[in-house]
Amino acid sequence: MVLDIFLLSVLVLASLWTVMTRSILRSAIGLALTSVILTIVMFRLNAPLAAMFELSVCAGLISVLFISTISLTQPYTNEEVLERMKIMFARFKFLPILLVGLGAFLFFMNIRPFVPFYYKESLVDVRVFLWDLRRIDIFGQILILLVGVFGVVILFKERVKK
Amino acid sequence: MYSWLVLLPFLGVIFLNLPSKTVRYKLAFWLSLFIVVVQLFFVIVPMSVAWSRILDSLGTFLKMNFSVDSLSQVLLFCIGLVALVTLFVQREMAQDEKQMFNFANVLLLVLAGMNGIVLVRDIFSLYVFLEITAIGSFILISLDESFSAFEGAFKYIILSIVATVLMLLAIGLFVLVAGSTSFEAIGRAFADYPNVFLIRLAMGLFLSGCFIKAGLMPFHGWLPDAYASAPASVSILLAGIVTKVVGVYTLMRVVVSIFGFDPTLRTILFLVGIVSIVFGALAALGQGDFKRMLAYSSISQVGYIILGLGSFTLLGLAGAVFHLFNHAIFKSLLFVNSAAVESRTGTRHMDSLSGLSQRMPVTGVTSILASLSAAGVPPLAGFWSKLLIIMALWFSGFIWVAVIAVLASVLTLAYFLKFQRKVFFGTIAADFNNIKEAGFGLMVSSVILAAIIIGVGVLFPFIFSNFIVFISPLIGGTVGT
Repeated sequence: MVLDIFLLSVLVLASLWTVMTRSILRSAIGLALTSVILTIVMFRLNAPLAAMFELSVCAGLISVLFISTISLTQPYTNEEVLERMKIMFARFKFLPILLVGLGAFLFFMNIRPFVPFYYKESLVDVRVFLWDLRRIDIFGQILILLVGVFGVVILFKERVKK
Repeated sequence: MYSWLVLLPFLGVIFLNLPSKTVRYKLAFWLSLFIVVVQLFFVIVPMSVAWSRILDSLGTFLKMNFSVDSLSQVLLFCIGLVALVTLFVQREMAQDEKQMFNFANVLLLVLAGMNGIVLVRDIFSLYVFLEITAIGSFILISLDESFSAFEGAFKYIILSIVATVLMLLAIGLFVLVAGSTSFEAIGRAFADYPNVFLIRLAMGLFLSGCFIKAGLMPFHGWLPDAYASAPASVSILLAGIVTKVVGVYTLMRVVVSIFGFDPTLRTILFLVGIVSIVFGALAALGQGDFKRMLAYSSISQVGYIILGLGSFTLLGLAGAVFHLFNHAIFKSLLFVNSAAVESRTGTRHMDSLSGLSQRMPVTGVTSILASLSAAGVPPLAGFWSKLLIIMALWFSGFIWVAVIAVLASVLTLAYFLKFQRKVFFGTIAADFNNIKEAGFGLMVSSVILAAIIIGVGVLFPFIFSNFIVFISPLIGGTVGT
């Protein structure tokens, strides 16, 4: 229980850092961190499949592509970043209220879609799950990373050189 | 043993990047060629390989649960063949060794991705391999670094991402209802609870994703730009096999293994198939740029495959797989011909060309063969596959669908005759009096593909009784792992 509360607090902090930080590189790292913590939470909630998806798609693939692409771009100056942050705040200031409103609406409407049946997933060790059950996916993700790296090198790095 | 078809390209990429720059540039073509030839050899003589035992034991160690049925085998063969042709064409068209090296690397990764799609029996692994192929394709399309190539790649990225999101949502729902990602478990859930809202929703989302990836009308926005703006060799790869594997094969696989045959699905497939056939052909008729015409023609031809699948009969399914094979062959050949014409004349506009077959006889003759096969003229291969699909529709009582399919064939013949008349027939324009036949790589590719079109067409009775009749009953079964 203490661990869960700790994890959820870190999750909120990491996601806040992701949204609030001024550098997009740190933002990408924050996203990866958020995904990793979410993965642990999902494993603890006995949902290894969902955890696997989160780890592979968000923490693995997307983060590496983001970071490698960002590393090849020209960063904004401090003034530009501040200017953009102001615009972002102005644009999204009603978003939290909307989200809370939507949550309350769904809660009071008591909407529960009919799910026909559900095979309960058994709790397995994360290493066993990744290596024994999802080995093809891990291999596939190595391939995706390779393609991503080649894409960045061929299309961006060589252009930057030119 | 089949896990090697995914591992080998991966090891090839690693091996290709180890030696010094000069060695790796020299090695790029030959190593890729070796891997593609090994793939073709594996598919043609799968079990007679003397060292299959050693490969088997290594494959077991890697524990990849791949499975092969007749549909997978046809696709693996097409992937190998089109990749082979693409390599020859790229060798001819590449400006320098570095371009060939970059192309070979990404091609090998796309090859691994496509082989993976064909071999997996798990919806999430399928998604992972779809992504490998899609990301590789974006890079390949933009290899030229021209504005139009970036535009084509951008459109492809955006629509492909939309398709991916739809598919991921569907996969989430599949896991929710079946509690597993294997085709077998999801198929069982679909069979037990066919009319539950969530299952219908998941089916609709996944189908839409497949339609976008296959470039079917009205989801085809990206396809003409991507095909027309990509470098010649990439157009061949995209039109010949990538779209077929990521869109059409995925659709066939989920329909056969997961969704099962239901009347609503049949109506959707017929509607999308007919719209694609008719409007694809009409759009092709109105094009002035021959690469765009071929792109619209692809949309129209894929429509036939969808109709064959939608008939939900063994004959229709066999016809659909056979047409998929034929389409990979004749469309690759037509794109090789277009690459030859573009490289020699520097233009893609049909109005500014004429009489080229006088100077490019091999290109002229092979393109006539491919066009006639695409239009369904006997005794070429395309005729037989269309005949099977139309017979399946007719005998299962969908006479009006069969009639539309036959009438649309006339449209196909019309736009291909227009293409032939404008580009290859007539007197040669003064500007092109001194042009020469296409280079060796393009000629070899054209001749091999044309020989397959004639061979499969003439030997159809043999091919029908030895291969095609075994296709549909074996889909879903296993002939190897």
